[in-house]
Amino acid sequence: MDNITQKLMQKSESTKKDSLGRAVSLAALSLIVIVVISIFAFVMSRGLSTFFHDGVHVKDFLFGSTWNPSVVNPQTKQPYIGALPMIFGSFLVTFLAAIVATPFAIGTSLFMTEIAQKRGTKIMQPIIELLVGIPSVVYGFIGLTVVVPFIRSVFGGSGFGILSGTIVLFVMVLPTITSMTVDTLKSVPRHYRESALAIGATRWQMIYKVVLRAATPGILTAIVFGMARAFGEALAVQMVIGNAALMPHNLTSPASTLTSILTMGIGNTVMGSLQNDVLWTLAMILLLMSLVFNLVVRAIGRRGEMK
Amino acid sequence: MNKTIIGVAGGVVVIAAGIAIYANSNSHTDKATTVATTKKLSGKVLSLGSTALQPLAEQVGTSFQEKNPGVTITVQGGGSGAGLSQVANGSVQIGNSDVFAEEKDGVDASKLKDHQVAVVGIAPVVNSDVQVSNISKTQLRDIFTGKITNWQEVGGKDEKIVIINRATGSGTRSVFEKNVLDGQNAVQSTEQDSNGTVQKIVSTTPGAISYLAFAYLDASGIKALNVDKVTPDKKNVEDNSWPIWAYEHMYTKGNESEATKAFLKYFATKEVQKTIVPKLGYIGLTDMKVTRDATGKVENK
Repeated sequence: MDNITQKLMQKSESTKKDSLGRAVSLAALSLIVIVVISIFAFVMSRGLSTFFHDGVHVKDFLFGSTWNPSVVNPQTKQPYIGALPMIFGSFLVTFLAAIVATPFAIGTSLFMTEIAQKRGTKIMQPIIELLVGIPSVVYGFIGLTVVVPFIRSVFGGSGFGILSGTIVLFVMVLPTITSMTVDTLKSVPRHYRESALAIGATRWQMIYKVVLRAATPGILTAIVFGMARAFGEALAVQMVIGNAALMPHNLTSPASTLTSILTMGIGNTVMGSLQNDVLWTLAMILLLMSLVFNLVVRAIGRRGEMK
Repeated sequence: MNKTIIGVAGGVVVIAAGIAIYANSNSHTDKATTVATTKKLSGKVLSLGSTALQPLAEQVGTSFQEKNPGVTITVQGGGSGAGLSQVANGSVQIGNSDVFAEEKDGVDASKLKDHQVAVVGIAPVVNSDVQVSNISKTQLRDIFTGKITNWQEVGGKDEKIVIINRATGSGTRSVFEKNVLDGQNAVQSTEQDSNGTVQKIVSTTPGAISYLAFAYLDASGIKALNVDKVTPDKKNVEDNSWPIWAYEHMYTKGNESEATKAFLKYFATKEVQKTIVPKLGYIGLTDMKVTRDATGKVENK
């Protein structure tokens, strides 16, 4: 009897393993949470010191269109820290790249899942995975040596600008959007397709009215993920966009993005100076935007399901 | 089959001979240039900052380590601003900078010790399709401040001027602006973050103008401009008739380790200044006939 009581009172070997596993995964989780929180806290504290420590108005920062942090405006006694050209440039290349890439991505994934499943998966899948794996500096270099001269010869000007940036980003976000769309299309239940075909729909009607409709939230998520990648891309864009902190007059005039100004400036400024703080504020905007993209994805996931 | 064996054997012989010659020449130069170091140095020196100084610092670092195997010298880029701020807060031993610490916002220059290690000359460059080869300083300033926008106005053909600038705060840019723009602000234009990209973009963009360190002038597709009929070369920098030049600085914070001191001392020796420095396109301090201080005042040596 004693033996049994003892066994019942004590933790068994498996229970110990159980709690050990629990502790390990909890530790891993909390480490990640701590890292995320500290990154947020660090970027926020640096980025907000532009406004609190250096006394810059939020309005001047977000809507001013002259960017030259090392020069002081003689009238207002404030440095030129208008970040609007970069914010505008970032959004413009992101949206244009997403708009151009989406039809191609949907077409490719429909071909892979609905039209030619075998060939699609055999040939297209590896190609798309390869595209994902190419480092962004390679995209940038190709952009600089192929896209920029091409734009220059067609449209004139220097060839650097929003259009070149859009073309490079289009190629970069295409695989992201495509592979996620493929996954969504594959997860559309088979009986949806069968029912559509059974009531006499053609293949195109089945794709258009049933499959795409059922997959809409997933496709939207894919697009937002692609946009998040485009928004955060630094190196490739920096090489082709021209990096002029100017409001773009047209698609072929040099422009800039948040990331391109950030990577160019960060090594040339001294920690704690205004010139450095405003760059952290740009980083803060980037971080907040990726948060927004994340929230959008969640909102789509919650609301978009087919009823 | 026989051929491959002969080929492999031949290759081995060649490689072995190469190693032998290399080892031989190495020991030879060692004997010729042994530095009189009585005590053995050891330690780690981390030098970070200016990308313009980086290749030179790396070379000198390597050659210093050959002579002092106990010392590890690590050279990193990151930019002049990073170099100055990291040495000021003590995280690196040497902060490399293209500009005087006095010229940089947010750095307490009085706490840092300046070691000038080389001189770098900077020249305006254009795409080789531009038919201008001499320009006045005023014209150059008007181009970069946006008053002149067509090559016709300075004697070239009817072609739009495409200005390619360096990033705000870059050392090369502040040297150029200080010596050419006379306190005026450059017009907003395309900016690039390194000598290498500027070289590539100027060589491929018709009508482009920018400025480069002397070491980058020798490339196809670009052409250096004379300013007020003075050619941008080493000799003209040495007597200041070419005014667009700057010192490369290595800043320390005081309390340097023995290894750091020895490295900086080695950098200033004639051996380094006359061989490695000019070989990499910089100008040796020993060759300079003038000196310049942080305020820009030039004096004869």
